[in-house]
Amino acid sequence: MTNQTSSTSEIPLIVEMRGIVKRFPGVLANDHVNFELKRGEIHGLLGENGAGKSTLMNILAGLYRQEAGTILVNGKPKVFSSPRDAIKAGIGMVHQHFMLVPSQTVTENILLGLDDPRFIMRLPEYDSKIAELGERFGLKVDPRAKIWQLSVGEQQRVEILKMLYRGVNVLIMDEPTAVLAPQEIEGLFETLRAMIAQGKSVIFISHKLQEVSAIADRVSVLRKGVATASGVASKGVSRQELARLMVGRDVIFALDKKPGKPGDVVLDVRDIYADNDKGLPALRGLSLNVHAGEIVGVAGVAGNGQSELSQVISGMRQCKQGQVILAGDEVSNHSTLFGIQHGMAYVPEDRTHVGSAPNLSITDNVIMKKYRKPPILKNGLLDMKAATKLANELKQAYDIIVPNVSTPVRLLSGGNLQRVILAREISGLPSFMVAVQPTRGLDVGAIEGVHRLLLAQREAGAAVLLVSEELEELLSLSDRVYVIYEGKIMGEVMVKGEGHDEALVDTIGQMMTGTPLDQIQNEGVAANG
Amino acid sequence: MISELFSVTVLIGILASGIRLATPYLYASIGETFGQRSGVLNLGVEGQMLLGAFAAFFVALTTGNLWFGVLAAMIVGALMGLLMAFVTVNLHAQQGISGIGFYLFGLGMSDLLFQKLMGTVETVKGFPPLKIPFLSNIPGVGEIFFNQNILVYGAYLLVPAAWFVLNKTTLGLKIRSVGENPDAADSLGVSVARVRYFTIILGGVLSGIAGASLSIALLNVFQQNMTSGLGFIAVALVYFGGWRPWGVLGGALLFSMVNSLQLWIQVLGIPIPSDIAVMMPYVLTILVLVATVSRVRAPTALTRPFERED
Repeated sequence: MTNQTSSTSEIPLIVEMRGIVKRFPGVLANDHVNFELKRGEIHGLLGENGAGKSTLMNILAGLYRQEAGTILVNGKPKVFSSPRDAIKAGIGMVHQHFMLVPSQTVTENILLGLDDPRFIMRLPEYDSKIAELGERFGLKVDPRAKIWQLSVGEQQRVEILKMLYRGVNVLIMDEPTAVLAPQEIEGLFETLRAMIAQGKSVIFISHKLQEVSAIADRVSVLRKGVATASGVASKGVSRQELARLMVGRDVIFALDKKPGKPGDVVLDVRDIYADNDKGLPALRGLSLNVHAGEIVGVAGVAGNGQSELSQVISGMRQCKQGQVILAGDEVSNHSTLFGIQHGMAYVPEDRTHVGSAPNLSITDNVIMKKYRKPPILKNGLLDMKAATKLANELKQAYDIIVPNVSTPVRLLSGGNLQRVILAREISGLPSFMVAVQPTRGLDVGAIEGVHRLLLAQREAGAAVLLVSEELEELLSLSDRVYVIYEGKIMGEVMVKGEGHDEALVDTIGQMMTGTPLDQIQNEGVAANG
Repeated sequence: MISELFSVTVLIGILASGIRLATPYLYASIGETFGQRSGVLNLGVEGQMLLGAFAAFFVALTTGNLWFGVLAAMIVGALMGLLMAFVTVNLHAQQGISGIGFYLFGLGMSDLLFQKLMGTVETVKGFPPLKIPFLSNIPGVGEIFFNQNILVYGAYLLVPAAWFVLNKTTLGLKIRSVGENPDAADSLGVSVARVRYFTIILGGVLSGIAGASLSIALLNVFQQNMTSGLGFIAVALVYFGGWRPWGVLGGALLFSMVNSLQLWIQVLGIPIPSDIAVMMPYVLTILVLVATVSRVRAPTALTRPFERED
C-alpha cells in the first residue's frame, strides 16, 4: 500500500490467504479477506472486537473451516481440517483463553497429543528438553511446575513453548497482552523478537493501536469482516490513520474531562479481609476511599482481588474483617438491598450472568431496582404500563439501539447490554457507583459512550470506583488510581491532566507486579544520589 | 457373644471375605474411574453389571466353561458401553439421566432374559480358590490374601495397572486432559470423542467382569437384581477415592470390610438387628463421603459434553 521498501518485498511469503469467506449465523465474519505473511516478520492484525480477526486466524490455525477462499503455505495450497493439520504445516496459535490443563505439569501440557513419547512417558528426559528450548527463546518456566501454580504471564510462555516444541514456523498470538502487566508485555516483545531473529514469523492480533505500532513490522486491518488495509509498513502509517481504518471514522482520543472538584468522602473501605470462592484469602487488609465528584481507579493484573473487592463493596460477598462505609453507614456484610437503599450502584464485571437476566426483556431488566416503589409499584402490583414508559425513556436517553423494549436482553450486543445496565444503575441517582471492567469486549464507539456516562456521573457529584485492567482507560478517566496486588493496595497515584505519562505508567506497572509505592520512590532517590 | 468376633479364626474369616467382597467394586470402580477422568459420568454401571452377571452365568451354565462366561460378560459390557458412548458423546445426552436409563434397561433386560432363558434359580460351580505357592502357606496372611479365586487377584492387579496407565503413559495423559480441558486436548489434535469412546467401553467391559465376579466367582448364582445397588456404590467409591485408583482401592476395602463384618455378625448370631447391620456399610459410605467432600476436585469437564464451536 504505502512505503513498502524494496528489501521487504523480496522476502518470500510464508502464508497467503486468498478470498477467505466465513459466515456465522447472522454474521458475515470474513468477507473475501486477503492476508499475506512474510518470513521473519511480526505482522500486526488490528481490528475492533467482532471485526473478524480471531475468526480469520482460527481458520488459519485449523479450528474453523472457511466457506470460500484458499490458504497457501510456502506457495502450496493447504486444507486444514483440524489444528493438528495446521501445526503439521508449521502454523500454531496461542489463544486468548489459554488451552492448558491446570492440574498437569508444564511438560505434560506440552507433550499432550504428540507421538513421541510413544506410550510410556519418561518425563524427566522431556523436562530438560523443554527447559533448553525455553532458554533458547527467553521463555523461562519450570517444566515440572503445575500450570495452576504459574502466573498468567508464565502460562502464556507455556502456550508459546507448546507451539515452538511442535516446530511451528508461524505463531499466531491472539490478544496476547490483554492479560499482562506492562513489564511482562516488554518480556513478551523480547521473546517475539528472539523468535523473529531465529527465522520464525509472528501474527500479532490486537485491538490496541500503540502496541501494534510498537511491535509490528507490517499491519493489516479488519473492519466488520473486510480487510481495510493489508500489509502496510507500520512505520509509514500514523496511529490516527490506523484508528480510522479500524473504526471507519475519526476517533476522538481525548475525552472532555473537566477539572475535578472532589467533595466529602462517600465510600470508605477500611482494612478489609475476604476470601475468594475457593476459600483462599483474596483481600488482605485493603483500604481505600472515594470522594464525591471523583472517579477513582483500581489498577491491577486480573485476579488480584478486584472481583472480590467489588463484591464486598456491593454486598455480594462477606468480609471477614474490616468495614465498608457508604455515606456514614456500614454496608459491609449487609444485604445488597441495604447498599442500594444507601445509594449504591453496581456495574458488575459479568454482564450476562450478574448484571442482567438474559431471557427477560429490557423493561424487566431496567425496573429491577425500582419495582419496590411507585410509579412501578401500584396497589401492590407491578404497573407494566409505567414500566414500559420508563424503559422507553431510558432507551431514548441512553441510546439503546433496539426496535422495542420487550426484546430479551440476551439478543443485545455487548454495548447495548451495557447501556441497559448503566441506564438501570444511573437512573436510580446513585451517590456511589462501582463499575468493574465496564468496557471489556465493547467496540471503540461503545467504549466512548460508557466513558462519557462515567464522566457525567462524576460531574453530577457521584463518587465512582472504576475497576479496570485497561491502564489507558484508568488514566484517561480517573482522578486518582490505586494499584491492587494480591489483595493489597500497593500505592495510590494522582492522575494529573491528559496524555500519556511514561513515568506514571512505569510506577503503576511496578506496583502491578508487587512492588509497593514507597519502595519504588526509595529506589528512585537512590538512583539519583 | 461379641467376644467371638475377636477370635483369630473369625478375624481371619472377616478379613478374607472382606478382601473377596471388594472384587466387584474394584472392577466396576476402576472402570468408572477411567470414564470419569475423561469427563463422563456413567450411572449405568449397575445395569452393565446385571447384564454382565447374567451373561457370564448363562454362558458358563450352558457351555460349562467359566472363561467363556467371563468373555460373554466382557462383550455384553462393551456393547452397553458402546451404546452409552454413542448417546453421551455423539448425541450429547445429559449423562446423569441417560445413565439411569441404562441402569433401568440393564435391570429389566437381565430379568427378562433370566425369565425366558432359565426361569428358575440355578447354581454353577464358580472359579475355585487358587492357592499361590508358598505365600498361601504363611499363617493368617496366606488365608486372607493368597487363597482366593483368580478374579479376585485380577481385581487387585487392576489397581496398579490403572494407576500406571493413567499417570505414566500418553494414553493416560490424553484421558486426564480430555476430562480436565477438552478444548485444550482438541486444539492439540487429541480426538475427544475417541478417548471418551475408549474409556466408556473400557468401563463397560470392567463392569461386565464385575457382574461376572458376582455370578460365577463369589455367589455362583443369578437372581433378579442380584447387584442390589452395588453398581451405585461403585460410582460413589470413585468420588470417595478422589478419582485415583489407589484411593478407590482404599474405599472399596473399607466398604467391603465393614460389609464382611456385618455378615459375620449375622452369621455368629450376635444380637444386633440384621437391618441395622445391613445398613452399616451404606451409612458409613455416606459419612465418609460427607467428610471427604472437598478433599479433591472432580475432573473439571465431568458431565460436560464436548462440542467444537464452529
